[in-house]
Amino acid sequence: MSAQNDTPETSGETVKLLIDGVEIPAREGQTILEAAADAGIYVPRLCYREGLPPGGHCRICTVKVNGRPTSACTFPASEGLVLENNTDELNTMRRQVVEMLFVEGNHVCPSCEASGDCELQALGYRLGMIAPQYPYQNTTRELDASHPDVMLDRNRCVLCGRCARASRELDGKSVFGFEGRGIGKRIAVNASHGLAGTDIDAADEAVAACPTGCLLVKRQANLIPVGKRTYDKTPIGTDVEA
Amino acid sequence: MAKPRLATGHFTGCFGCHMSFLDIDERILELVELVDFDKSPINDKKRFDQPVDIGIVEGGVSNDENAEILRDFRKNCKILIAMGSCAITGGVPALRNTMPLKECLEEAFLNGPTIGEGDGLIPNDPDLPVLLDKVYPCQEFVKIDYILPGCPPSADTLWAALTALLSGEEPSLPYELVKYD
Ligand code: SF4
Ligand code: SF4
Ligand code: SF4
Ligand code: FES
Repeated sequence: MSAQNDTPETSGETVKLLIDGVEIPAREGQTILEAAADAGIYVPRLCYREGLPPGGHCRICTVKVNGRPTSACTFPASEGLVLENNTDELNTMRRQVVEMLFVEGNHVCPSCEASGDCELQALGYRLGMIAPQYPYQNTTRELDASHPDVMLDRNRCVLCGRCARASRELDGKSVFGFEGRGIGKRIAVNASHGLAGTDIDAADEAVAACPTGCLLVKRQANLIPVGKRTYDKTPIGTDVEA
Repeated sequence: MAKPRLATGHFTGCFGCHMSFLDIDERILELVELVDFDKSPINDKKRFDQPVDIGIVEGGVSNDENAEILRDFRKNCKILIAMGSCAITGGVPALRNTMPLKECLEEAFLNGPTIGEGDGLIPNDPDLPVLLDKVYPCQEFVKIDYILPGCPPSADTLWAALTALLSGEEPSLPYELVKYD
């Protein structure tokens, strides 16, 4: 199954978009986020992952399309769209969303195995968050350490759904799914007694797809020294802009 | 002209931020040329007795004594800086925030694996600071003028911020010096 082509349909015809005043080509129907990336322009994103169908959950990728805020990871390119992306207004809004994700979960970066390689943290760095400006919610979130090789620490979950999409589309397993609504929404596993009851494997794409320290392979923590981790010296998105 | 005065304070933290401060190595010689140390664990001065230009605090607020001293810092320091994750977010000590204080105390002093049957006792001496229900970031108690992230902020981060402030500039940190860990 090729996940890349799941959504939306691309006609393959070349169209032109204007993004922050720069004209870029796109294949008609390709998402704006991917068209921008092909042109070396980074649209900040969290629930999007290359190779997976877009989720449209997090709103970090919000751009203005002909003046209207829209998620770039789901919106199809068409001839003549005028887009705003790298503006103070949008980056401030994105930073505020990141800050809300920080205070809504229990993110203690100093004691987190994903620190330095975490996309949420890296977005904070890139978007100029020094510390969240909102009060911490100190919510109670469940940790699932039942599986011998994979850990699920919901304190760090941003409800991006990447694990669920990867499990379904790439691993063919459907280990994860959402449960509940609003502030009570959580990531659930497809077994009554936690991860150990599922057929997840540490090598699954679902585990690799998690942008944070929520899904982790056990006994892999802190193998890379500080200074050499993914985002220690290079901001997230640099690879897209290269 | 008198040199600017610098105070540092320690609340609920591990002293790692102060260690990082000492990690500026020989630049400390330059620092003592630039400032006079006021109240600080480094010189063990206990009380404020004159206005201080810059106060830097480590650690979050977990008890009544932390709160009182933090307010004292705010009252006496023209510029107040929160240094490190504990001061800014509560940090590692704030891991207790998701459970009731009573449970934490019982686990630590009554039911912990190193406590013999019936040997436990929750400390209750009137001289001990009273624990708050949660560990709070400093900015939830007083106005903080600058925050220096990191656990601890690196010596270069502290140096960059401090030297900028001392020369009357707004501190701005390059990408590699802003870290939440
Ligand atoms: S998941 Fe990311 S943001 Fe959350 S504590 Fe870990 S490193 Fe920090
Ligand atoms: S477990 Fe990870 S991948 Fe799954 S929803 Fe939470 S943060 Fe996203
Ligand atoms: S921020 Fe880190 S180094 Fe500083 S006091 Fe807290 S735990 Fe220690
Ligand atoms: S990346 Fe587009 S909504 Fe999350």
